[in-house]
Amino acid sequence: MSPRAKPRTTAALAVRDGAGSGAQRLEVRKTYKLYIGGAFPRTESGRAYEIHGAKGELLANACRGTRKDIRDAVRAARTALPDWSAKTGFNRSQILYRIAELMEGRRDQFVSEVMAAEGVGRQRATRLTDAAIDRWVWYAGWADKFSQVNGSVNPVNGSYFNFSVPEPSGVVGVIAPEASSLLGLVSRLAPVIVSGNCAVVLASESRPLPAVTLTEVLATSDVPGGVVNLITGLRRELVLHLAGHMDVNALDAFGLDPGQGVAVEELATENVKRLVRPPAKGADAVDWLSPQAQSPYLIGEFVETKTVWHPIGA
Amino acid sequence: MRRIGSVGGIAAQGTADAGAIIRRVTLTKKPESRPAAASWGLSKRGTPWEYAAAPEATDHIEIRREYGLFIDNAFAPSRPKATFEVINPATEEPLSRVAKASKADVNRAVTAARRAHDTVWSRLPGSERAKYLYRIARIMQERSREFAVVETMNSGKPIKESRDVDVPLAAAHFFYYAGWADKLDYAFPGRTPRSLGVAAQIIPWNFPLLMLAWKIAPALAAGNTVILKPASTTPLTAYLFADVVRQAELPPGVVNIITGPGEIGMELVRHPDVNKVAFTGSTAVGKMIGRAVAGSRKKLTLELGGKAANIVFDDAPLDQAIEGIINGIYFNQGEVCCAGSRLFVQESVYEPLLDKLKARLSTLRVGDPLDKNTDVGAINSAGQLAKIAELVQSGIEEGAEIFQPDCVLPDKGFFFRPTLFTGVSQSHRIAQEEIFGPVLSVLTFRTPEEAIEKANNTPYGLSAGVWTEKGSRIFKMVAAMKAGVVWANTFNRFDPTSPFGGYKESGYGREGGIHGLGAYLDLSANGATGR
Repeated sequence: MSPRAKPRTTAALAVRDGAGSGAQRLEVRKTYKLYIGGAFPRTESGRAYEIHGAKGELLANACRGTRKDIRDAVRAARTALPDWSAKTGFNRSQILYRIAELMEGRRDQFVSEVMAAEGVGRQRATRLTDAAIDRWVWYAGWADKFSQVNGSVNPVNGSYFNFSVPEPSGVVGVIAPEASSLLGLVSRLAPVIVSGNCAVVLASESRPLPAVTLTEVLATSDVPGGVVNLITGLRRELVLHLAGHMDVNALDAFGLDPGQGVAVEELATENVKRLVRPPAKGADAVDWLSPQAQSPYLIGEFVETKTVWHPIGA
Repeated sequence: MRRIGSVGGIAAQGTADAGAIIRRVTLTKKPESRPAAASWGLSKRGTPWEYAAAPEATDHIEIRREYGLFIDNAFAPSRPKATFEVINPATEEPLSRVAKASKADVNRAVTAARRAHDTVWSRLPGSERAKYLYRIARIMQERSREFAVVETMNSGKPIKESRDVDVPLAAAHFFYYAGWADKLDYAFPGRTPRSLGVAAQIIPWNFPLLMLAWKIAPALAAGNTVILKPASTTPLTAYLFADVVRQAELPPGVVNIITGPGEIGMELVRHPDVNKVAFTGSTAVGKMIGRAVAGSRKKLTLELGGKAANIVFDDAPLDQAIEGIINGIYFNQGEVCCAGSRLFVQESVYEPLLDKLKARLSTLRVGDPLDKNTDVGAINSAGQLAKIAELVQSGIEEGAEIFQPDCVLPDKGFFFRPTLFTGVSQSHRIAQEEIFGPVLSVLTFRTPEEAIEKANNTPYGLSAGVWTEKGSRIFKMVAAMKAGVVWANTFNRFDPTSPFGGYKESGYGREGGIHGLGAYLDLSANGATGR
């Protein structure tokens, strides 16, 4: 991340004097890459696009992901699914909590990146970052409780034991909200993976950098590779491929521009994907700091109810 | 022991092993005159014992010569007036003519439902809606035999099934959801449940009345009003239900029923003033409906096809499993979306199980659906019969080995012999495609892992069955099945309290239980719902 238009003040990122030399030290910039199967590949296309801050300054070149990148990500997610979905709720709970722990350690970095990406002041960026960290903690607690709220023992009219439990839908595509680069993404991603789904995320097109930094946290926080995969790039080149992929079980299109809803939904129907539509006014009208932006009902959008019968008898 | 028709027969059966039964049945002489039921018991001397016909009486049934559309609690012809014929698939004789709805009729029905929703039904206290639904349940119970007979005449299903399964379950659905109508606030913590509005509901011909109940009961309990479109071959119990609606004195417009071809269903789905679409039927049509509501705010529930695996381990109670396998695939002529159409047998018990299965298959009575002894009735339509025959032919051509009992089918009507295929491979069409008929494909496996792999190797995921005496294995298999309903040591059980619905291309959303209730409510906060 480079302050090319205007030097920024963040200690970790800004240009500063080399120690004792008197000469200015040249900043080491970060390359923002994709996150697929626990690794950080560049896009197979070799292409990039420029990411600008709120004032038009160049922040970085991001990977301009492709259909092939999506296919790789879906395969990674599918591969990771059996182990992730079979983990106990207690285990997933600890792993999600670990994400919060590691985000906390990088809190200043996230604040800076949210400021740069969203053009908000430090105070606002801090609130958004803290809420994102706390959201992981909140969903972490659901991992071993959701089944108790969403499942049921069904008193059937006969001599059978009958119960229903939620299971993950499988591989879930997540179209992240465009404006809320970190909190919006976490608010949609956490309820998807907490139940045992694996995700292929399309990051915000214009503000993808905090999302990429989040994947660096995921990579070091006990989340198995492939559980979350992140593709950056141009939505018009990516969304339809994700929506139409036959090995994706569900699609969170909440962050989609509602104008694209018809084409995406038609493609999603090809393999009967579970679908969450964009809200009528678009995801960017949502107040992500509101308590209503987190809910067990969001977990419920990406689970399947399995009902089991067994006779009762000696 | 239903296969035996006499005391002497029972003695004979008691000593006969399965192979002996097969031989005797094979030797069965065809009778000169046969009513409709064409299965045979065995007398003491091994000669055929004919069952006396036991037809359910139909003289108390009044089917009108013509039914109009049921809108605003009144029957009225379609505009412009058009009708189509409804037949009895067991006799191919006409039963009635019903109105063929036009686009204008769809509009009228939606308008009626909208008015009823906005001005009456959604404003009623839940406790009052509950009492209406309890009334409906009670009237259905009072008129249960009438419903059962009409259902059997119109659908071809055996009277013992319509009488003992379809109609009681349909009434039970209304009774169950009635009680939810005034308890919605307790069902969804942290939410304020609201009705969605007008629900368009399209149902298939395999369980005409039961599917009606699955659709209408939760919709009304949640405060919605409905337009139901029954399948064009099986509208008669729906129109009989319309009479129940009038007897229960539901406000006009709360329940509307229209009939017509599939295109009219699509008009209904596309209507801009519809808020909820619920469909049960084929995956192909389900996808059309999914595309038709794309970009709208309509909430959608899809209950689509299936190709269920029924998995039998070598430690399973075989006789119990045989009954479950038979019930799983030959119940309702196999015209069941969750039918256990793929049987996976552990290799070590393959031969004894297959012997027993063939013997049991040979005792099924195929014929007059109105006969109280009939096990397998008529296929619902000539079209469906042709589809079954085509897929069975493909099984033969692809190299599977066919077995059909030596039973005699009635001369008229759409009948198909209960069929099983052995030597089926995963790639055969009969192992991949939903047949929706009395056709079982038998495959084998060695390890639980192989069974899981094969069972899940399908785009469908509606139901599955597991047979084993080992508890830990049951739970391993139950967890591994990508299917919405798993029956362990049983099959094809249904209950209003028990959520039903599929994984993958078998659809989404659940019907039954508290989960089925949520599908008819707006539970959004922050505009965050999907469909």
